[in-house]
Amino acid sequence: MLANQFLLLGAVLFCIGVYGVLARRNGVAVLMSIELILNSVNINFLAFNAMWARNGSPAHISGAVFALFVITVAAAEVGVGLALVLMLYRTRKSIDVDKIDALKG
Amino acid sequence: MLLAEINLENLMRWAFVVPLIMACSFLFHLLFSKKLQKRFGEKAVSAVGVFAIGVCFVLSLAIGVGWIQRVNSPPTGAAFTAAEEACKAPYGEAGAEGHGTETGGATEGHGGETKTEAPGASTEGHGGETKPEAPAAGHEGAAGIAPGESASAALLTQAEGEGHTSEAPAGGETKTEAKTEAPAAGGEGHGAEGAAAEGEGHGAEGEHHEVAPVCSSVTWFEIGGMKFEAGTVVDGLSAMMLVTVTLISLLVHIYSIEYLHGDVRFTHYYAFLSLFSASMLFYVLSSNTLQMLTGWELVGVCSFALIGHWWEEKKNTDAALKAFLTNRVGDTGLIIGVIITFFAAGAKSFNVFHINEYALSNGADKGLLFLGALCLFFGVTSKSGQFPLHTWLPDAMAGPTPVSALIHAATMVVAGVYLVARMFPTFFVGMQIGVGGNWAPVGNYVAIIGATTALIGAGLAFVQYDLKKVLAYSTVSQLGYMILGLGVGAWTGAIFHLFTHAMFKACLFLGAGSCSHAAHHTFDMREMGGLKKYMPITQKTFLACTFALSGLPLMSGFWSKDEILAGAAQGQGGKPYMVMLVIGLVVGGMTASYMTRAYRMTFLDDYRGHGHPHESPKVMTVPLMILTVLAFFATFLNIPKLLLGGETSSLAKSFGVRFEHYVQPTFIFPGEELLKPAPFNVIVAGLSMAAALGGYLIMRQYMTAGIAKGAAAKPGIARGIYSFLENKYYLDALYENVIRDGVKGPIARASYWVNMNIIDGMVNAVGVSARKVGEVTYKYVDQGGIDGLVNGTGAVSNEGGQLLRRVFATGKVQQYGAWLFGGAVVFAALIVLFVK
Repeated sequence: MLANQFLLLGAVLFCIGVYGVLARRNGVAVLMSIELILNSVNINFLAFNAMWARNGSPAHISGAVFALFVITVAAAEVGVGLALVLMLYRTRKSIDVDKIDALKG
Repeated sequence: MLLAEINLENLMRWAFVVPLIMACSFLFHLLFSKKLQKRFGEKAVSAVGVFAIGVCFVLSLAIGVGWIQRVNSPPTGAAFTAAEEACKAPYGEAGAEGHGTETGGATEGHGGETKTEAPGASTEGHGGETKPEAPAAGHEGAAGIAPGESASAALLTQAEGEGHTSEAPAGGETKTEAKTEAPAAGGEGHGAEGAAAEGEGHGAEGEHHEVAPVCSSVTWFEIGGMKFEAGTVVDGLSAMMLVTVTLISLLVHIYSIEYLHGDVRFTHYYAFLSLFSASMLFYVLSSNTLQMLTGWELVGVCSFALIGHWWEEKKNTDAALKAFLTNRVGDTGLIIGVIITFFAAGAKSFNVFHINEYALSNGADKGLLFLGALCLFFGVTSKSGQFPLHTWLPDAMAGPTPVSALIHAATMVVAGVYLVARMFPTFFVGMQIGVGGNWAPVGNYVAIIGATTALIGAGLAFVQYDLKKVLAYSTVSQLGYMILGLGVGAWTGAIFHLFTHAMFKACLFLGAGSCSHAAHHTFDMREMGGLKKYMPITQKTFLACTFALSGLPLMSGFWSKDEILAGAAQGQGGKPYMVMLVIGLVVGGMTASYMTRAYRMTFLDDYRGHGHPHESPKVMTVPLMILTVLAFFATFLNIPKLLLGGETSSLAKSFGVRFEHYVQPTFIFPGEELLKPAPFNVIVAGLSMAAALGGYLIMRQYMTAGIAKGAAAKPGIARGIYSFLENKYYLDALYENVIRDGVKGPIARASYWVNMNIIDGMVNAVGVSARKVGEVTYKYVDQGGIDGLVNGTGAVSNEGGQLLRRVFATGKVQQYGAWLFGGAVVFAALIVLFVK
């Protein structure tokens, strides 16, 4: 039951990430939490890939490839996210996400 | 050789170019008008619009002439079958190639081919360039020939032409000549006015064979192995609508040059005017319900945009929204109706003829048709301002006056009436018009709603001070009249009333606009008065059209209204619609009454507003004059045969009920044994005349009495009119008049008693009840009930929105995220629990 343990790890990481996104007030910490979520997904991908490969499926690297894609996208996303945080700091002198409520209806 | 192919026959087939021109005009305005205005000023912008609609008007007239010729020498035999095929069977399995496109008929198939090879001289001479002159030439040419001869000659040439086409396509030249010449020889040639042509009256009157409309279609979309067509239908009804819409639109385009002069959104205005014309023309030419739905919605959008033309003021945007939303309510019914009729008729096609044919067939499911017609009628209720969805129409007067004239009086609001007329067999069977209606002693749903609307609209018109609102409620009332007419089976009467009403109501609205233009942009009649002195042309045209609306003889309104009443008196299936007749007469009286009030308040006595009123420029008064002339001459389109010497006289045969002859469909329509056209009814005519006169006299009495007293007691005549509404002075004044004028002696005293107690009582009762009904309906039903409901809905959603805003729209991204994840968890849980 190798996959099961991986999935458990993924779930735990995901929950930590969600908690971080929802609860942390520091913008950078929120970004880091998003990173955690993405990586939990990556672990799931790899776990299923390993499971599938053992069952003898020919396309046994697709999960790993997917994980690589996610890492690439995550890198880009962090780039954009950090730029946003930087601009926020410049304009508001703060990166507290609670104080940013421009979307208020 | 495109030019060679232009003849009336092909023009009818290519009727789609008419809306297309207006659509192009719309796009032009959208893309270039701003620049054009900057460069050359407003004149250039309006010139483009006027030119486009002018071309459309000419084309529409030509189509009308083409239709008249077609009725005079209808296609028979193979040509008829082909036309019939084209009209009711343009559907089928996908893959049956070449069926959907241009199924104009066998003759067309051959003709189109051969015409290109035909010598330019002959085809151009007859079919192309001389198109407008053709009927005129016929007039002169046929003058000497005995009618019978010319008709048979026409038929002969027609037959020859057909022979050629069916035998050898190479005979195209002969065919083209026959086609174009035959009607020219046969027709008496009152073409443009849609009046008489001698050709048919001979012996054909009895047979009255079917005249197939000119249909053409292309495949719109294919879905589930079915083909759906989009196409045009040209028959008497759509040709009449084409001419009406383009005519009023043209005049409104011209009128607007001055009325909208210097407006901030001049180009937008003309753009939407073009789009409106395009959509309306598209709508009246539609061959299927789906296409009609499209046009229906498009005109709704234009109406919305034009009501809210001056959106800087909140009340205008409110009115626009109200109009749009109220219409949406009805549209829901329309969509459901379209779906029901589609499935009722075998789920094969949305084609109106297909649905109508099904409705008239023996195996038709009457219950389903009732449901379908009811849903369709719900759409009619909103678009044509029928009770209880009429409330948007008076509010729609917030738009510019020419828009009110074009959209909210003459054309768009009759879209519903047109729908009922176009799908009449469906309503005829579904609503059981032919056998006395669903609620036999009273009538059917259509007639009841129409009568209610007519009454309520007329009542409300009494208590309005806004001139445009009076006219708006009058429009509501007249639309009710048309629906009533259709409901009692007076098809021609209703459609003729639609036609005449378009003329005089457009004129009245434009006249009101002219008054407002003069009296410093107010429509309040209390600030007008005495305009007769300053604006003689506006006053004269307004008065003439008031006569027409009130139904005084000699003006067109009388004849069209009378036909509806005669239809109600005759009834269908041997049962007269007596209730409808009485209501029709009462409304006739009320109409004369409130129009007298409006006219007197606006034009008589002294000017009560500020500044110096002045007559409007020619650009505005000429359309008024044209409309007035038309409102008068429309009379001659449908003169009862009785007045021309009875059924058998030759005069009656050639000039009597021409409108009925040319416009009322014969193709897939309840036949004469089912739907009897009502002949002229002298008693009904007399009654309606008396009602109109009575209405006028009562109002006059009220007004003079009220004004005399009020002016003496209080400053300003406005107060005097108030007193009329309060109905305090009327009694006194009448008593005074009677005493002053009363002759002495026992007989005089007796008649005086009768006067005082009986006639006065009746007169008072009529006056008081009219006013009370008006007030009560306005206050409780209109403002309280219906508006309350609408406002309540709005308030609830508004409050709900506010609450949701406070709870959900905090602007905190993390809270949004929490909702997102929470929602995902809930859904995940649901999926885990319930999806196995």
